[in-house]
Amino acid sequence: MDQIFGVPVQAFMGQLMLGLVNGSFYAILSLGLAVIFGMLNIVNFAHGALYMVGAFFAWMLLNYAGLNYWFALLLAPLAVGLIGVIIEKTMLRWLHGLDHLYGLLLTFGLALLLEGLFREFYGSSGQPYELPEVFRGGFDLGFMFLPKYRAWVVFASIFLCLAVWYVIEKTKLGAYLRAGTENPNLVKAFGINVPLMVTLTYAFGVALAGLAGVMAAPIYQVSPLMGSNIIIIVFAVVVIGGMGSILGSIITGLALGLVEGLTKVFYAELSSTVVFIIMVIVLMVRPAGLFGREK
Amino acid sequence: MSTANRLVFAALVLALLVAPFVGYPIFLMKVLCFALFASAFNLLIGFTGLLSFGHAMFFGFAAYVSGHAAKVWGLTPELAILSGTASAAVIAVVTGWLAVRRQGIYFAMVTLALAQMIYFICVQAPFTYAEDGIQSIPRGALFGVIDLSSDTRMYYLVAAIFLIGFALIYRIIHSPFGQVLKSVRENEARALSLGYHVDRYKLMAFVLSGTIAGLAGATKSIAFGIATLTDVSWQMSGEVVLMTLLGGMGTILGPSVGAAIIVTMQNYLADLGSMVSIIMGATFVVCVLLFRRGIVGEIEYRLGKRSS
Repeated sequence: MDQIFGVPVQAFMGQLMLGLVNGSFYAILSLGLAVIFGMLNIVNFAHGALYMVGAFFAWMLLNYAGLNYWFALLLAPLAVGLIGVIIEKTMLRWLHGLDHLYGLLLTFGLALLLEGLFREFYGSSGQPYELPEVFRGGFDLGFMFLPKYRAWVVFASIFLCLAVWYVIEKTKLGAYLRAGTENPNLVKAFGINVPLMVTLTYAFGVALAGLAGVMAAPIYQVSPLMGSNIIIIVFAVVVIGGMGSILGSIITGLALGLVEGLTKVFYAELSSTVVFIIMVIVLMVRPAGLFGREK
Repeated sequence: MSTANRLVFAALVLALLVAPFVGYPIFLMKVLCFALFASAFNLLIGFTGLLSFGHAMFFGFAAYVSGHAAKVWGLTPELAILSGTASAAVIAVVTGWLAVRRQGIYFAMVTLALAQMIYFICVQAPFTYAEDGIQSIPRGALFGVIDLSSDTRMYYLVAAIFLIGFALIYRIIHSPFGQVLKSVRENEARALSLGYHVDRYKLMAFVLSGTIAGLAGATKSIAFGIATLTDVSWQMSGEVVLMTLLGGMGTILGPSVGAAIIVTMQNYLADLGSMVSIIMGATFVVCVLLFRRGIVGEIEYRLGKRSS
């Protein structure tokens, strides 16, 4: 058997793998959005821009400081998290109690600002990020060739997502977080520093985006536009999955990446719109999203 | 209409009549097209409380259709503009029907995603010529009689269309229908409990807003002879949000003031490329943090405080 539905197995599996890689990024980003939304009630439009900043930090660390991928994997999310702390402390905090739309507008402005700044200094064309030595080459599985780096991205992101899910759903810290989401005043009364928790939640959510950016750097070109390209699709993913459930956003992200990959195999013209088409269908049959609880 | 509003209207008409003797007609036309676009957007955010992050789909798609109608079908400008506007109305009915199913922040995300879908359709559809866009669209002759190749004549047509759109929006806001929209904005649950079909009102407002945004886009492509992907991109959707926010959401004149400022700014900064994006982003942040009423909103607020 060297063909599936008239498509060579190699090409089929290759696209599927690529879809899974994209899906991993959708999953991490929509997970971060969901965590932030739960605590701050803000849809973080700057999420894509901070993903881009994460990728650029990795590129800068390599090219200016000579620090390799592994350092970037640790340092870039920390730096993006720090930016998150600053954003939350100096700006988002002041929007507390206002209509949620202002949070969206503010973070949209931040996204424009960040994208403009990086375009000013690095131009619109992408910078290549060299693949680390250990990840060159791949495994020949007989029916397909599996590049090592892609396999790493998929496994690392699934592990990361599950770890986040575990922390939020099964640990004491996560319990505080969920309680803070439900009723911040009551949690405050129990002596928990809710404002600090809010800041750290935002920082953590955007750090996840930064981490996704580092992982994306060797696959895509590091470009100022990479953030806005992905964030709109991630928004559609969020509408499809609903932001009520952590596990839901992980599954939706991965699944939509796969669907996109499959579409590329069978009808490439549709691959850029397929996620939006699915969104339309979901809106028609299940307006609250697949895993959503409408408030 | 109160005496004060009559005076404002009369002043507006007068200003539009003399404007081409003071400023460049081309620049003024650009301001008017965006002012109408922002006023249409404001009908939705300012008076119904719905934040659409995808209004470029009406503006840009109508621009393509009216450009195509004028260039390929050879229609006269008024028919080309009407067909562009009609196409925006059709898109607004379909997307609005989907989008009003979700509320608040989700509504913004749904409209953004739907607009991105329209964008990708425009990238691939043959009649839009992808990256090039539709170029050298003829202005033609109005009703087949009045030649529009002079910028001043074209300006007066654009000004007339702006006034019609603007008056229509004013009329909608001050009608009983507009009062229901405001009640939806203020308290959706209560409007629902009073027996109003809230979703129908929202859809109606969405379609009206999208159609008038389409009118602005269709006029723009005839006046400037070009329709491109920029008009239908998410950046354009963001720009119209900023114009409205800067001028004052929920004020009648605010969006036009905001549009004039942003268009002027873009004119002066056009050579600086990414600086435009940086300044727009910074303006957004400043407006949201310190200046949520916008310019006209702030003026109205201060005047109101003094008189009471």
